[in-house]
Amino acid sequence: MGSNCDYTKAVFDHFQNPRNMGEIEDADGVGTVGNPSCGDVLKVMLKVDGDKISDVKFQTFGCAAAIASSSMMTTLVKGKKISEAKKITNKDVAAALGQLPPIKVHCSNLAADALQKAIGDLK
Amino acid sequence: MRIYLDNAATTKVYPEVAKKVNEIFLKSYGNASSLHSVGREARSELVKAREEIAKFVGCDSKEIVFTSGGTESNNLAIRGLAPMNPDKKHIVTSVVEHPSVLETCKYMGKWGYEIDYVGVDSEGIVDVKEVEKLIRDDTLLVSVMHVNNEIGTVQPVEEIGKVCKKKGVYFHTDAVQGFSKVDLDLGNIDLMSVSGHKIGAPKGVGFLYVKNGTKISPILNGGGQENGLRSGTENVPGIVGLATALDVSVDKKKIKKSRDKIIAGLKKIKGVKINGSMKNRVYNNVNVSFYGIEGESLMLMLDKDGIYVSTGSACASTKLKESYVLKAIGAEELYVHGSIRMTLGEDVVGNEDFVVGKIEEKVNKLRKISPFKLELENE
Ligand SMILES: Cc1ncc(COP(=O)(O)O)c(C=O)c1O
Ligand code: FES
Repeated sequence: MGSNCDYTKAVFDHFQNPRNMGEIEDADGVGTVGNPSCGDVLKVMLKVDGDKISDVKFQTFGCAAAIASSSMMTTLVKGKKISEAKKITNKDVAAALGQLPPIKVHCSNLAADALQKAIGDLK
Repeated sequence: MRIYLDNAATTKVYPEVAKKVNEIFLKSYGNASSLHSVGREARSELVKAREEIAKFVGCDSKEIVFTSGGTESNNLAIRGLAPMNPDKKHIVTSVVEHPSVLETCKYMGKWGYEIDYVGVDSEGIVDVKEVEKLIRDDTLLVSVMHVNNEIGTVQPVEEIGKVCKKKGVYFHTDAVQGFSKVDLDLGNIDLMSVSGHKIGAPKGVGFLYVKNGTKISPILNGGGQENGLRSGTENVPGIVGLATALDVSVDKKKIKKSRDKIIAGLKKIKGVKINGSMKNRVYNNVNVSFYGIEGESLMLMLDKDGIYVSTGSACASTKLKESYVLKAIGAEELYVHGSIRMTLGEDVVGNEDFVVGKIEEKVNKLRKISPFKLELENE
């Protein structure tokens, strides 16, 4: 059995119609995680306005779960306070997607990791 | 529209096969070992199927040992030879074998066997001279596959067989992906594995060709069926299905034309690589890599539009490892992960442009999502 049979509707939805995909030219914070040799690289770009995340965009090289996690993560942080975004973990991303097959959990880790790295990069 | 491009994973059972198998299920349902008429009927179907298959293979019916498929045949060949030749403790195989050979060799390693793996060139082809160099006095067997399941490369197995014959070692070939597709002279081949579900027969049936005079011991013991080499009540419906499938004619030339049309179309996309050999390639395989995207994503996007392909090898994709076959041919990292395999059947004929168009559309979509773009401009 392939692992992808276990993808939820939310995973498919965010994979087929990714939200906030693209680049922010003048981003205030950028976080890149992953490794091309492992088959996944995530880049998250943030734009802040005061203490709020006014815009977020992502670019992902990875499987469907990685793309869906990236997309879902951006919807979780957009418009949030930076202090709130700091608390977002991979569990939140996975939960928002319904559930991920066990071997695909690391894909949601990457999304949260990239976000936290981008927050850490804020001036 | 549904276009199934994963015939190397498994095939749809041919309608004539399904009909015949159903008939056996309902009419010749006896145990082929039973002495009454119902058993005799099943037995006569079994005998007939064995003869038909032997005729197709060009061998003696005694040389066919029915099994549950490719995995078991590979296990029987490798593990069955060992006890009959206790002083031979060395096996030569290739780095691009199917897991059912690689893992069996690894298992033999636990029992004191030394395994040597011959590499492949950038097209995935094993060097016959390299094989020859690896053969030692204590070599039990050389096992090299006929056609690779991922990239469709046809190996020079007849030549390897010749070398093995000269050196006096057994030669086994996993012909699961080549049988009935690419002609093979069994002259210097001692053992050959075949699986039914890759050629329009049901899953769970196959055979091992064992050349007369090749002594192997069983790995399944019990009632002594198959000349004592494979115990267990014979899968008569499956076996008859396998024989029936060999009767169905496949228009290889037409599918090959489709393959070439698809490859030509794909080559026009930027940042693309066709993996494997164009010359020594099974007629229905396309293995293609796209820079900067990931194969599973592409596969699932195509799935939504009714095009069914696979990423790397079906079993490896769930283990989340990149393809060891593509690594072995030296494919670059950002290409290894972006590969899909298409193994064509007749339903693709006439739909080549549709398939290529959809792939291009999805590749572009995924590349928009991917952070790897710039390098493309330098291609
Ligand atoms: C080259 C090769 N060998 C062996 C097998 C295993 O065959 P089966 O599924 O009949 O056990 C396969 C199928 O995946 C294969 O492609
Ligand atoms: S990113 Fe590794 S499998 Fe999803």
